[in-house]
Amino acid sequence: MKFLVVTFLTAYLGYAIGVYTQMPWWSFALSSALIALCVQQSKISTFVSGFLGIFLLWILLAFIRDVSNDHILSQRVVSILGIGSSSTLLILITGFLGGMVSGLAAITGYHLRSSAKAILSFNLE
Amino acid sequence: MRFVYLLLSLTCTVALIWVLNTRWQVGTTKTPRIGYFLSPQKGFWQNAESVSANFNAEIKAEALNGKASVYIDGRLIPHVFAENDFDAYFVQGYLHARFRLWQMEFQTHVAAGRLSEIIGKEGLNTDRFFRRLGMVYGAEQALAASEMDSSMKNAVNAYAAGVNAYIRSLQPEQIPFEYKLLDYEPENWSPLKTYLFLMFMSFDLSGRDVNTDLQMTNAKNYFGWDNYKKLYPNVMDSLDPIIPKGTTFSPASFRPQTPSDAAIRFFGKNDSSVQQSAKNLLFNVPTPDAGNGSNNWAVAGSKTKSKAPILCNDPHLGLNLPSLWFEMQITTPTYNTYGASFPGSPAIVIGFNDSIAWGVTNAGRDVMDLYNIRFKDELKKEYLMNGNWILSEQRQEVIQVRDEANLSEVVPITQYGPVLYDNEFNTPDARGLTLAVKWTANFANAGMKAFYLLNRAKNYKDYVTAIKNWTCPGQNFVFASKSGDIAIRQQGSFVAKWKHQGDFIMPGTDSIYQWQRMIPMDENPTIKNPTRGFVSSANQKPTDSTYPYYLGSAHHFPLYRGIIINRKLTGSNNITPDDMMKMQTSNYNVFAEMARPVLLKYLDKDNLSPVEKKYIDLLETWNLKADPQEKGATVFSCIWDSLENAVWGDELAGSKLKLPVPDSYSLLERMLKGTADFMADNITTKDKVETIQDAVLTACRKACKELEVLEQTGKLEWAKRKDTYVQHLLKIPSLSRLHLPIGGGEDIINATKSNHGPGWRMVVHLTAETEAYCIYAGGQSGNPGSIYYDTFINSWVEGTYYKALFLKNEDAATGDQIKWKMNFIKN
Repeated sequence: MKFLVVTFLTAYLGYAIGVYTQMPWWSFALSSALIALCVQQSKISTFVSGFLGIFLLWILLAFIRDVSNDHILSQRVVSILGIGSSSTLLILITGFLGGMVSGLAAITGYHLRSSAKAILSFNLE
Repeated sequence: MRFVYLLLSLTCTVALIWVLNTRWQVGTTKTPRIGYFLSPQKGFWQNAESVSANFNAEIKAEALNGKASVYIDGRLIPHVFAENDFDAYFVQGYLHARFRLWQMEFQTHVAAGRLSEIIGKEGLNTDRFFRRLGMVYGAEQALAASEMDSSMKNAVNAYAAGVNAYIRSLQPEQIPFEYKLLDYEPENWSPLKTYLFLMFMSFDLSGRDVNTDLQMTNAKNYFGWDNYKKLYPNVMDSLDPIIPKGTTFSPASFRPQTPSDAAIRFFGKNDSSVQQSAKNLLFNVPTPDAGNGSNNWAVAGSKTKSKAPILCNDPHLGLNLPSLWFEMQITTPTYNTYGASFPGSPAIVIGFNDSIAWGVTNAGRDVMDLYNIRFKDELKKEYLMNGNWILSEQRQEVIQVRDEANLSEVVPITQYGPVLYDNEFNTPDARGLTLAVKWTANFANAGMKAFYLLNRAKNYKDYVTAIKNWTCPGQNFVFASKSGDIAIRQQGSFVAKWKHQGDFIMPGTDSIYQWQRMIPMDENPTIKNPTRGFVSSANQKPTDSTYPYYLGSAHHFPLYRGIIINRKLTGSNNITPDDMMKMQTSNYNVFAEMARPVLLKYLDKDNLSPVEKKYIDLLETWNLKADPQEKGATVFSCIWDSLENAVWGDELAGSKLKLPVPDSYSLLERMLKGTADFMADNITTKDKVETIQDAVLTACRKACKELEVLEQTGKLEWAKRKDTYVQHLLKIPSLSRLHLPIGGGEDIINATKSNHGPGWRMVVHLTAETEAYCIYAGGQSGNPGSIYYDTFINSWVEGTYYKALFLKNEDAATGDQIKWKMNFIKN
């Protein structure tokens, strides 16, 4: 349950930071890291939920655009990038790259959390 | 340990973002920032426009005087209704930017010598070339002149305000696709950019001499004046000029004097003038396409079924996406006009209004000359003129190069114009000479006023008043009015030249070689309501030899389209718009009609193999039409090219410098007259003197070998051989339309070559209710992610037209044909 909530939150905040701010394309890395900092999960779960949140978000956003566009632009772009002729592949690559950045950012958040804990417990002692 | 993990994961994250946020060099190009480019919220996916997109909008702008409405039809053609001029041009600027922003900016960057800012050092040669040609200088002169004219100032400023209003409304993720691909951002538009765009058109239509004057000079030096004249003759026997033969012209008001030493210093071989070895050699001078030209004609009511005139125009330029053309209607309380506009410039360029229609073809007159300058020293501050050292103006040009240091250079401006070629920047054809360019486009050229006034013209008198503003590039303005007049006039600022002046590089140290005077515009070739019932032009020589001024080298005037157009129009009566559309898309090759019989006459068929005979059979049975599936058209084209090569190729190859291939008429007219043995000898064979018969046989055999290869690769059909494509401005294949099954070609009314042709076609029937048919090789949207990006191309290939929706007034903007509406409101 927690995993699903974190995944959803990653997607939701990643979307919001793109819509409501004029920050660069990678600004979701900040929200993904922040979520991992705040919510404790296993290392694996942290990475996977971070990855999936943006992977699914980007795939969904790209898919909606692509279908309503009748694949016109994605077909042109796969040819420019020289990656065959599949719009679906381009959507998957889009999602994968976003997911990787988010997953790594989440792991960074995870380690930030455990480091912060260590500092705090060290201070308490 | 925890801190090590933290550091490690942070490093990995930052590194990945850095990799995805960097442009990587791959070959000669750079990738986009791939993370940005693929981001669905910021990158290219945002440009994937829904195929059922809604173009309704409400635009509030402070600059507007009143309100304006734009009705957009199903083809995305906007119909603008504004309360005054300022608002109309504001809205036009906004709409051009809305649909064509990237193209507008890219083209004007190229014209301004700023390509390197976008693509890096690959653009440097082009940038240096255009700056040294004085493109920016010319645009500045034109802008300064337009500032004096309140109506033009108003139009250009309103247009710029409209473009900028659109740019300001853009969120970063909404910028056009190409900005994201090349990773840069739009900048503000300015009135100067409109004039830069027009300078680019001037270059495209009158700038060939940056190269041809060099090559012609080399040909004259190599062959000598007498042989030069035979190879590149100025007389065309089969010429059918724009102004019918036999028309009398009033005597010239001015007779230019040929310099007394011209026989030696100009017509003589002067190879010794090579001065120095130059660096930064430009091997490919950006030369306008030799095929840049057009057809236009108007038929009087006496020749039409409806008794109303019909006007037709199809300009032939490079075939690009996004198209050079943008179709629209502009209406204010004082005028109502429709036609093709240039994204980058206000007004309608080719079109019609409630009273008249007009169109243009290129005049091809020589308005650009090169002068050989002698500077005192390396500083290039003083140059020799009539024995005195004269100070040159020093123009500092700073070229910003993306990812590299700026390049700064000083371009000396002489009294002729800027120094294009010198020891710092040259081309092998210019042999290290220091050459300044004199070009009418660099004069204060406020020609846009011509279109501004044509949009509002009501009759012949208004048309004449309007086009008098046009100076460069010289154009043949065709005209027809509802009141029944038809006319054509070759309009521009032309130089009164002594015979052959400026055909070659001219001595720059003597003022007697200067242009002496301009031809008074009233003496430009004009004809109104001729008895033959039509007027026409197809870039041919405007007049026969009785016109009292020198027209320039015949090399600039294609001959054959004019012949077939005049023949067809002479033979037609009860003409309908449908007939005119059929004529504009006609693939009949009149050059082949004249050349085939003499080719076959000189061909000794007994010497051919069965395979060769098969191809000659195809040629003999060919219907002379360059239709897409015709094999005979391919056979003819291969044999003719091969023949020119057999006749001239050996002589031209003898020169170390590149020489121009003589025009087709040069050889054909010799063959028709029986004097084609001239240079038919293959100078590489020492034992034999070949005749034209030998050359034809050799040429046919060579061509048949080529034809066999074409047949084996399935390219014997004309359209496959020709392989027409409409190319994106960045030359990216997947943004272009390739392998289009369209006929036509050189010397044919449908002048569609491989990447060049009649991109805009228009037929206007001037009945009480104007009836117009238009098509262009593109689509209204410049966005490669829009369904409207290339909408018209298939119909253009098929040779069909759309009936223009010419709304009489705003009340008529109802019904199914209007799909969307934009409201412009004063804020």
